[in-house]
Amino acid sequence: MARAAGNPEVGGTPPRTLSEKVWDEHVVRSAEGEPDLLFIDLHLIHEVTSPQAFEGLRLAGRGVRRPDLTLATEDHNVPTVDWDKPIADPVSRTQVDTLRANAEEFGVRLHRLGDKEQGIVHIIGPQLGLTQPGMTIVCGDSHTSTHGAFGAIAFGIGTSEVEHVLATQTLMQTRPRTMAVTVNGSLPEGVTAKDLVLTLITHTGTGGGQGYIVEYRGQAIEELSMEGRMTVCNMSIEWGAKAGLIAPDQTTFDYIQGRQEAPTGADWDAAVAHWTSLRTDDGAEFDAEIVLDASTMTPFVTWGTNPGQGVPLGGTVPDPAAYEDDDDRVAAENALRYMDLQAGTPMREVSVDTVFVGSCTNGRIEDLRLAAEVLRGRTVDPDTRLLVVPGSARVRLQAEDEGLDVVFKEAGAEWRGAGCSMCLGMNPDQLQPGERSASTSNRNFEGRQGKGGRTHLVSVPVAAATAVRGTLSSPADLEPVQTQEA
Amino acid sequence: MEPFTTHTGVGVPLRRSNVDTDQIIPAVYLKRVTRTGFEDGLFAAWRNDPSFVLNQAEYAAGSVLVAGPDFGTGSSREHAVWALQNYGFRAVISPRFADIFRGNSGKAGLVAAQVDEKVVQRLWDHLAENPGATVTVDLESRTVRAGEGPDAIEDSFDIDDYTRWRLLEGLDDIDITLSHADDITEFEQHRPAWKPVTQH
Ligand code: SF4
Repeated sequence: MARAAGNPEVGGTPPRTLSEKVWDEHVVRSAEGEPDLLFIDLHLIHEVTSPQAFEGLRLAGRGVRRPDLTLATEDHNVPTVDWDKPIADPVSRTQVDTLRANAEEFGVRLHRLGDKEQGIVHIIGPQLGLTQPGMTIVCGDSHTSTHGAFGAIAFGIGTSEVEHVLATQTLMQTRPRTMAVTVNGSLPEGVTAKDLVLTLITHTGTGGGQGYIVEYRGQAIEELSMEGRMTVCNMSIEWGAKAGLIAPDQTTFDYIQGRQEAPTGADWDAAVAHWTSLRTDDGAEFDAEIVLDASTMTPFVTWGTNPGQGVPLGGTVPDPAAYEDDDDRVAAENALRYMDLQAGTPMREVSVDTVFVGSCTNGRIEDLRLAAEVLRGRTVDPDTRLLVVPGSARVRLQAEDEGLDVVFKEAGAEWRGAGCSMCLGMNPDQLQPGERSASTSNRNFEGRQGKGGRTHLVSVPVAAATAVRGTLSSPADLEPVQTQEA
Repeated sequence: MEPFTTHTGVGVPLRRSNVDTDQIIPAVYLKRVTRTGFEDGLFAAWRNDPSFVLNQAEYAAGSVLVAGPDFGTGSSREHAVWALQNYGFRAVISPRFADIFRGNSGKAGLVAAQVDEKVVQRLWDHLAENPGATVTVDLESRTVRAGEGPDAIEDSFDIDDYTRWRLLEGLDDIDITLSHADDITEFEQHRPAWKPVTQH
């Protein structure tokens, strides 16, 4: 569609989508045949993808242009036990120490392990109130799309781009196409944002969003809490989208207001007025659209080795022979071999060794509340291990305030410190070869959670119910809890 | 960055689709703080398998990888690009790349050449029948070539103009951007004051 530019207040401007408005506001320079030069409002940094970027600055004799728009944390490889002691793994320790030295040298604010604000980079941005509508947010991590839940353009970048942002506070970017994902109807009771997005990815395949900025909208999206919206936007990258975002509304404003870095007073009013103006104009056109119906969705789980290989929990492991496309068939055969699954097996009969509740997809306070609701008064299956890893130190403290940690421990779960943990197995929280997990994280790639590990992606209620039964389950499959009076 | 004009090297057929970044280099190998040495983690899970293509002597010195669609999906780790480069790869050919992987390749100087799926199939067949055969990736003319005579393969590939220009010239992005520093300063002066900052 025609490129809209200029001031939205000027009459005759063609109607624009949310992402086009946010993009236009950040163009520092545009020239024929070149990508746009985009200003970056917030640059988030962690220990794994930044060392080579800082080294590049040092070699070129450059500084960080806007330390005041930069925030660093330690999350990817940090331990979730003994976090007050020196990191045992020397290589991880070097990486964390390198970040600390770089933050110090270049004047970047860092939330270190042990600090109240430390946590997964995509959890702490929103929690601090730094993630706001209409921003451009980048991080050397593909799940930066999470921040799109606030109506920001947020996407993951590589280390060379991290260096570019550090040096210039800008990025060269080609304007993506736009797509709308409209989810009509309401999610049935017990079906979560995670089930919604897993259903979507199986519908589109892992490459379905490639080249697009996606706007999620429709009744089911509007009805989600901010945390649920973050879960949906988080997994945008899993179907290949450049970024995913949701129009800011009262739910968004209520979440932000009062947070540490949120605007106050007259600034708040100015900000809200501006944020409200960002919503997609009536008549604005998207380059593509997908429509889904939330009311028919059910708990959804993956059986394969990419997030697009999923089925309803009530379904069975698919038969590769049923795929018409050769590539899909071979991919399914490879996946079943790796996952050690037989076609036709009901998903509910698949038994798991480890359940992981956590990650930037499902490691927020509402997720922990949902898990605790299922686990209260129940115990984890003796052959199953349940790891509960809060997404940030604040989430951990809040959960402990609410007594959720006690529920987890009484059920037999391991209650841990904040970090990425078993989402990617860079720290000691890993699956053993051949071990099978039900995980609330976002990737079921071969070896993602540890070499030879087998991952089923699930929602939080499914994870918790699975921990109790030892096989993939939803809370509806559990015996009612015996109350004292009974 | 070294300019890239054209490269001819041993082609490696990787007959898989959806090769994600955890396959290219698993997370446990990401702990270095340098840009070198990542070749040990390249395709780590497959390197123990004697039948894996890079474990066959004819392909071991490969520098042009020919992969199935959706190469490089998943994480933003540029280490995936570095691992390929550290091993000796100069170019990857695939019918479809994940966005971030393609962007990272362009920045780091690895050519990500997007071709029609049929071209990949023909290259795979050619490289399987002639182990150790070379493939040429010519960035100037945007063509991939392999084989000779009537069965020779020659086709164009897609790469965006700007990335191609930068690779041909060996230009550093940051230098280019800093030549527009005045535009950035001008932009910063007009940012609303209520936008958040991390330091007060
Ligand atoms: S929790 Fe997982 S997906 Fe999220 S930032 Fe950490 S490693 Fe990446």
